[in-house]
Amino acid sequence: MTAILGKKLGMSQVFTEEGDRVPVTVIEAGPCTVTQVKTVETDGYKAIQIGFGEIDEKKLTRAEAGHLKKAGAGGKRHLAEVRGESEPQVGEQITVEAFEPGQKVKVSGVSKGKGFAGVIKRHGFAGGPGSHGAHFHRAPGSVGASATPSRVFKGLRLPGQMGNRKATQLGSSVFAVDPERNLLLLRGSIPGSSNSIVYIQTT
Amino acid sequence: MNQTIETLEAQQLRKGIPQFKAGDSVNVHFQVIEGSRSRIQMFQGTVIKRQGEGARETFTVRKHSFGVGVERTFPLHSPKISKIEVTSVGDVRRAKLYYLRSKVGKKAKVREKQQ
Repeated sequence: MTAILGKKLGMSQVFTEEGDRVPVTVIEAGPCTVTQVKTVETDGYKAIQIGFGEIDEKKLTRAEAGHLKKAGAGGKRHLAEVRGESEPQVGEQITVEAFEPGQKVKVSGVSKGKGFAGVIKRHGFAGGPGSHGAHFHRAPGSVGASATPSRVFKGLRLPGQMGNRKATQLGSSVFAVDPERNLLLLRGSIPGSSNSIVYIQTT
Repeated sequence: MNQTIETLEAQQLRKGIPQFKAGDSVNVHFQVIEGSRSRIQMFQGTVIKRQGEGARETFTVRKHSFGVGVERTFPLHSPKISKIEVTSVGDVRRAKLYYLRSKVGKKAKVREKQQ
C-alpha cells in the first residue's frame, strides 16, 4: 500500500490516443519524506508518518522542529500517517513514481465549505411549493411528535454547517503520472478546493 | 488558472487550425469509429459559437438537415478532427449567434463579408 500527500492544482481535460476527452484532476504530489516509522513495540500498531511541503524551520514549534530534525527531514508543512504493513526507512522519499496509471486510489481532502445550510441543500429535502398560496417553502417541517416522546430524536436531519469537513472518495483511478513535475492526474473530480491538501492512497 | 495546468494544456494544442470565428461557414472533417473501422464524416454549416480556452476550447456548428436545425459541438483540439475548411467568412456583429435558432429561411442565413 502506497500513500502520498499532494496539493490539488485544479481540473483540466486530456485527450486520449483514440481522441476521447477525459476530465482529470491535476495534483502536485510529493515528494514526501518518511518522518517516523511506528511499530507494534513502540506504538502498538504499524504505520509510517509522511511529511509534505517545505516550511522555514523557524516557523515550527520546537516540538515539531525537533521531531522533524530526528528524521533529518527539514521543515515540513503537512504530516500524515499511513497505516499498514509497508516497511520504509525514516528519511526515505515517496514520489509519484510509486503510482501507476490505472491504479484505483482513495482520495481524502477537506470538502468545500458551504456555510450554515438549510435542509434542502444539506440533506436534499424536497421543500414545499413556491406559489399557489403556499406558506411552506424551504423549512424542515415537523421534527417529531408531541407529548410522546416530548423530545427531538438524536440524529434528526436539520440545518447546520455543510462542507468544510474531511471527505474521502473511494474508487478514483490514476490516469497519468508525471515524475518530472511531480504530477498525478486522477480521472474525474476529487473533494476540496484548488490549492487544498489531499491525501492519496492506493486501495 | 494554475501555471502547471496551463503548460499541461499547452502540450495538447494542435497546430495548423485555420482562423475562424462565429458566422463563418466551415466544413469539419471528423473521424467516426464504427466498430473496428473508422471513416471520415463531414459536417458543413455555420459556426455559431466558440467557447473555452486552451485545450478545452470548443466550437459549435449549426446546419439545416431535411428541414431540421442540427447543431454539433466539436472540441477544437480533438485528434478526431482531421481537417477544418473555412468556406466563407461571415459578416456578423456578435460572438454568439444564438439568434439564428429562432430564424427561418433567408433570415437564418449569415451575410458573407464583402472584401
